[in-house]
Amino acid sequence: MTFLPVLLWSDALIWLLVLAVIGLGALSSRNPPLRAAWRRVGRSRPGMAAATVLIAFVLVGLLDSLHYRPRLESRDEQTTAVYAIEVLSVLDAVVTPLRTRNEKTYSEPLATRAYAKESIEVRDTDGSVRQLRDFPRLKFGGAHLGNDEARRDGDVVRRVLAAQALSALVFAAIALAAAYLLARRARCPVRKAWSALWRGDTDFAGNAVLATLAVLLLLLAPLAALSADYHVFGTDKVGQDVFYQVLKSVRTALVIGLVTTLVMLPLSILFGILAGYFRGWVDDLIQYLYTTLSSIPGVLLIAAAVLMMQVVIDTHPQWFATAAERADLRLLALCLILGVTSWTGLCRLLRGETLKLRELEYIQAAQAFGVADLRIIRRHILPNLMHIVIIALVMDFSGLVLAEAVLSYVGIGVDPTMISFGTMINNARMELAREPMVWWSLAAAFVFMFALVLAANLLADAVRDAFDPRLEGSS
Amino acid sequence: MLAYLLRRLIYAIPILIGVNLITFALFFVVNTPDDMARMQLGVKRVTPEAIAKWKAARGYDKPLFVNAEAPGIGVLTDTVFFTKSARMFVGDFGRAEDGRDIAREITSRMGPSLAIALPTFVLGLFVTVSFALLLAFFRASTLDFWGVVLCVAMMSISGLFYIIGGQYLISKLWRLVPISGFSAGLDAWKFVILPVLIGVVSGIGSSARWYRTIFLEEIGKDYVRTARAKGLSEITVLFRHVLRNAMIPILTGVVVVIPLLFMGSLLTESFFGIPGLGSYTIDAIGAQDFAVVRAMVFIGSVLYIVGLILTDISYTFVDPRVRFE
Repeated sequence: MTFLPVLLWSDALIWLLVLAVIGLGALSSRNPPLRAAWRRVGRSRPGMAAATVLIAFVLVGLLDSLHYRPRLESRDEQTTAVYAIEVLSVLDAVVTPLRTRNEKTYSEPLATRAYAKESIEVRDTDGSVRQLRDFPRLKFGGAHLGNDEARRDGDVVRRVLAAQALSALVFAAIALAAAYLLARRARCPVRKAWSALWRGDTDFAGNAVLATLAVLLLLLAPLAALSADYHVFGTDKVGQDVFYQVLKSVRTALVIGLVTTLVMLPLSILFGILAGYFRGWVDDLIQYLYTTLSSIPGVLLIAAAVLMMQVVIDTHPQWFATAAERADLRLLALCLILGVTSWTGLCRLLRGETLKLRELEYIQAAQAFGVADLRIIRRHILPNLMHIVIIALVMDFSGLVLAEAVLSYVGIGVDPTMISFGTMINNARMELAREPMVWWSLAAAFVFMFALVLAANLLADAVRDAFDPRLEGSS
Repeated sequence: MLAYLLRRLIYAIPILIGVNLITFALFFVVNTPDDMARMQLGVKRVTPEAIAKWKAARGYDKPLFVNAEAPGIGVLTDTVFFTKSARMFVGDFGRAEDGRDIAREITSRMGPSLAIALPTFVLGLFVTVSFALLLAFFRASTLDFWGVVLCVAMMSISGLFYIIGGQYLISKLWRLVPISGFSAGLDAWKFVILPVLIGVVSGIGSSARWYRTIFLEEIGKDYVRTARAKGLSEITVLFRHVLRNAMIPILTGVVVVIPLLFMGSLLTESFFGIPGLGSYTIDAIGAQDFAVVRAMVFIGSVLYIVGLILTDISYTFVDPRVRFE
């Protein structure tokens, strides 16, 4: 084999989550109220536009969640295979040029020369060498231009236009395919289906999805075309491509936002239902537990727990085969800590709702018939709590992504070697004070993080509007 | 009322004991003092003697819960739990890594924290409530729509960017106020104004949107229709009727954080170099000063519980229907 697959813990959880989402989808398709609610989400145009953006982010994150260790070249055929200590992901393989073509230090977006002057040796025509202070030529940024750097502007414009023309073609193909499919389902001419799609007369907000797709393609295709030979967002202090860092940050943000809920949900559902259904001393105990936990200010509890986790990790280096494994376990521990500190809010909501539900006639009837408690909980209580769980799930995501950045800044977030929006901001914040200013790292982190969180917030709004029974009929 | 207060205070005791046990478990049971010593001393200087000395200097060399060798009551009091954890109830937090008394440090740092946090809180509440009322007044109009869009966009920006952007724009580009620092006395205003401004702006998004939904919920109620039917102007309805009733849910969310203002804000204080409790905590986290972090966790939860009690009291002021038995 030319590579050794590596399953990091967070990878396993991410794929488990994908399975869980599929399972949840299957479950809600059998439950009429949930199905109706999801239909309402599908009709929401901002919601569907946001979902399209989120899917793009999730695809990047999933590609980045398939890890392997490449095999090292060895001259001897007979020896057992030796694999690199470095853990790579499929995303790394796809964007290899971005990962490997590191400059010496800062360079501006699309630059061909470094950002700071250096002493460079110039060989004159007569063969003598003389020292000169100038901006050194970048090793990779615009290397295909050779010495003809003046061609850069034209080259950039040409690439952008070509990429956009290509993406327009791709978009037209997708839009036509969508219209064709719609026409086949509705058994009407393609032209009519297209106009219905365009005006939004469909059950599903297809026009929002298509419009978002068009914008995404028009923005991302030039980015991809340019990043092949330039540093689109420049390079950072150690010469790493900022675009590559942004791509890698996406997975970290997704893991924090999603795996944390995986930790939080079982805790809050279990305790919430137990407290609300059985009342008595169980309720007292669980209430005491969550009041105590929630009375510690979140950041401080996280700080204390993370500090302690650092000590555990530092005193047990033998647990981790590679640096990636250590960083990964630290990320998971952070998710665990965030989950343990944040289940209380949802637990309180679920307890209140269960208290209300258990007094309803149909549950009293079930109890009178002697149906076992576990069965009542599974058949009658849990399905009626699902809307609260789904709302909480999507509402928490954006908050967690934002929290990661803050925690990493404070120094209690992800491992410093792990690329995330928080570490990017943390490394870049001193650069604004630098003369001349380095702004591109911060700007890139800002734009992508904003897009991710905004999309998550918009989707959360759409989901809340669709699932919250109190809001029904208002819109 | 007094009996109710007393009961609430008594309820707070088991919660504080719980917090104390959790922090104790986190700091002494998950990791032994030996692990902490190794961490603090660094890899090179770890010898059994150095660890023993480090522990003895901090009083960590005692047994955790029960000291069988000590005479009399010392069985319980001459332990790590009693000297390090139980003593926090009487305000004794021990010493930080640099040898300073933590309790004194905390009292001297409360002032600067409060100087930033209190104006941010008051001004922030005023601005967000006014903005939300404005949106509610123009509900279902273009202004309302774009106002909500603005709120969603603003709440999608990380707090870090507000601070970095504000510092860059106002201090570096326009040179209006110093970029960071603090001074005691009256000329502190020029150091305070920027953090307060940024704190207010960064809070607008989520709270204004939340208050707007509260206002809209109130506006749909019967008493508002009655008030309109009486011929009251929309302004009077909004300020005299809606605002007053909407204050109940707003207060629940807001009063609880008032005591926590003493703690300051971690981010703001560390970015602006303000010598308050927030930057104290950040420095302690960076230096892995376990004693300080433990003290801050304890104080934080005490203040939170005080906030919960204050919330209950404030109900009686805004809602005369609420009576405590």
